[in-house]
Amino acid sequence: MKSLSEIDMVSKRASRAAGFDWGIAEEVGKNTRMLELLGISGIKNLNYYFKIRYGKKFESIKLLSKENKKTQLEYCPIIAGVNFLDQVRSLENLNEIKFHNIAFPILFLPFISRASKIVGKKILLKIDNKEFLLNYNKSIYSNFLNDEIITIGNIIVIKFLDNIDSFRENEWKELYKLSENTFVEENDSLKQGAAGAGLNDND
Amino acid sequence: MKVELRDPNIVMKLSKLGSFHQSKLSFLRSFLKEFKDWEYKRDLFELNTLGFGTAIYSFKKNNRVYSLICFANQLDKNERSDRVIATKWDAAFTLHDGVPSKQDIERLRNEVPKQEVGRLSYKELALSRANKSVRVFNHVVDSLSEGKQPDISLLSNVGYLYRTTAVYGSGKFGLADRFRIKDREEIYGPFRLEMMLVYLVRQFTFDQVNYVAKNKNPKKAVSLDPEICRSLGIGNSTGLGMAPFIVNHPTLLNNWILARETALKEIREIEKIEKKDSDLFTAYLKKSIKNITSWNTDSEYQQKKIKSLLKDLNNFISFIDKDFNFSNEFAFNEIYLWLENNSGDECIEYIVSMMMEPYDKIINPLIKKMSSEEDRYFDIPTNRTVIELKDILESKYKKILKIDFSKSENNQNFWFISKNKEEPRLADRFKEKGSDLEQPLAIARDIKKLYETLSISKNSCTMDKFLLENNHLRHVVRRAFIVEKFPYSEIQDNTISKSIVPIDMLRLKLSFFGALKFDPRSNKWLRICMFQGAPLPEQLENFDDGWVYNSLN
Repeated sequence: MKSLSEIDMVSKRASRAAGFDWGIAEEVGKNTRMLELLGISGIKNLNYYFKIRYGKKFESIKLLSKENKKTQLEYCPIIAGVNFLDQVRSLENLNEIKFHNIAFPILFLPFISRASKIVGKKILLKIDNKEFLLNYNKSIYSNFLNDEIITIGNIIVIKFLDNIDSFRENEWKELYKLSENTFVEENDSLKQGAAGAGLNDND
Repeated sequence: MKVELRDPNIVMKLSKLGSFHQSKLSFLRSFLKEFKDWEYKRDLFELNTLGFGTAIYSFKKNNRVYSLICFANQLDKNERSDRVIATKWDAAFTLHDGVPSKQDIERLRNEVPKQEVGRLSYKELALSRANKSVRVFNHVVDSLSEGKQPDISLLSNVGYLYRTTAVYGSGKFGLADRFRIKDREEIYGPFRLEMMLVYLVRQFTFDQVNYVAKNKNPKKAVSLDPEICRSLGIGNSTGLGMAPFIVNHPTLLNNWILARETALKEIREIEKIEKKDSDLFTAYLKKSIKNITSWNTDSEYQQKKIKSLLKDLNNFISFIDKDFNFSNEFAFNEIYLWLENNSGDECIEYIVSMMMEPYDKIINPLIKKMSSEEDRYFDIPTNRTVIELKDILESKYKKILKIDFSKSENNQNFWFISKNKEEPRLADRFKEKGSDLEQPLAIARDIKKLYETLSISKNSCTMDKFLLENNHLRHVVRRAFIVEKFPYSEIQDNTISKSIVPIDMLRLKLSFFGALKFDPRSNKWLRICMFQGAPLPEQLENFDDGWVYNSLN
């Protein structure tokens, strides 16, 4: 089994050899390491993408907007990802961002996961019919469980999720009420002495 | 009185870093302290009469076991080489996490002797190999088998029976990644498992030499005197492979240096020095002179440094003996200021190390802060502006920004990875091919480029916009924002200049390992000795932490 440190190093060097700047190659190394740690096929997708790149051109999108569409060429997932990561603080205000035709979108995914941590919001990433819930770069929840290579994402939608509870208020109240059974009802003596400051903590 | 931390622009010069010495912060010393109450055992010793075979040593505490597995092989003298291009060694070692099963041992017997071309698993923590100092090993075997102890002067000259030529850890060749073990309290200090491996290898060399001597002449042979064993360490040949490490791990480098600088600051701030502390400092200082006078090297560069160190130390001792009173307020501060005015870097840094000796209370908490969670600082804060980054460069890279990289001598060398051994190398860009595949280790040059580009950019431009057109500088943009938070994370020198002395980078790292007797063999590799004078495993429970200065050599 390859160690994560080997995966990081080899992905970084391969990215540089494939023509990316060192700073971007560093990002790819960290991303591939993260994908493999989480059980998503980073190495497979990266290897295949670099093989394809030799004979095919990809669009390097720079400034991102609400809808990013290029009809002739597919977007490079690495350049699109780096720019998403860099621009995420302003993109967050758009709530939802759409891309058409990103090549090898699995390689785009870790950039979005890291962006989720930067803005402190969960992000829902949809690659056609595959969904990924990105949780502050801590974990990824998905309906996509096989390790196939995805060569193209036709429609990619990125949605910043508001920081709201995943449960209803009455569910919280019920659980809170149960938790109160660990508390002690304070009598006068406890009120006087147990907190340390007495009943009046003003000077 | 408040003392400021020393200025990173001075401390982080390579000539300064290349003058560092071992100290109480050194990893091999903190390893011994951490493992002193662990149960040591030799679990297996299956060698043939010539000393070839398998041995296993372990440290155990509660449910945790670390096992060193040794494979000693017969090696033709023509195959023995310390160079990284070697493919066979006298012995190969791995540190296994837990008790190895029979299947583990068989698997490792196949893989460990192959080293870089073998495959290890997540159950292994470190990997190494070593060659005999044949002259010394054979002399010891011959002497012991004749019932005599070996010639101490020969042993003193060399200092070891074996020298390692590489010690690998942290995910190399399939070894366990650091994330798997980083929360174990016993390995909070950096390189602790690598230190354990080297320490147990040292014990194997004694057991092997005794065993071979005994088999050579069972009736007459004696064992190597434990005091002589104690005075021997493990040699190490180190080349350029180690140099880029300190460039590639800026926050880790910061934490090492910051620990040292914080220790110095806190010691200088002690108002009243207790007599027992000043006595210990003076006693160790005087004892340690022996280490320097027995420091052998053919390197003119190092001989010059030793000579100046000895001269300065003698001056300093005479100052302490005649003119100094430890009952003065802030006595160590006074000493430090005297050194700055009267001594060279070698001596200043030597005394800085010595000052730490009496102060476990200051040093021990710092040892736990010497690791780093590097990934936490990886993301670039792209909401920061051009002017903010420019300010960082102007304050953190003052001298670097003055270097003229259009002059060939400032741009003479390039770092690359050898295809043959996948190891870092340094070469002249005007004479050799390959500079188009240069590694991103020319930090000074790239920082200067970044500064020039920032200077023609709009001050209010944020990094996300700046990087749109300047991703070729992304690696140094990331770095500058790290350096902003970590003052000692950057070498304040040009690592590609004609005048670079790469062994200064090696020496910095090796001093933190706790190496003694640096012996440069060129400006790109050197030999050192580790654990010389250290307690043997049976003596660990109750050992004197000043063992470094009690060395017989």
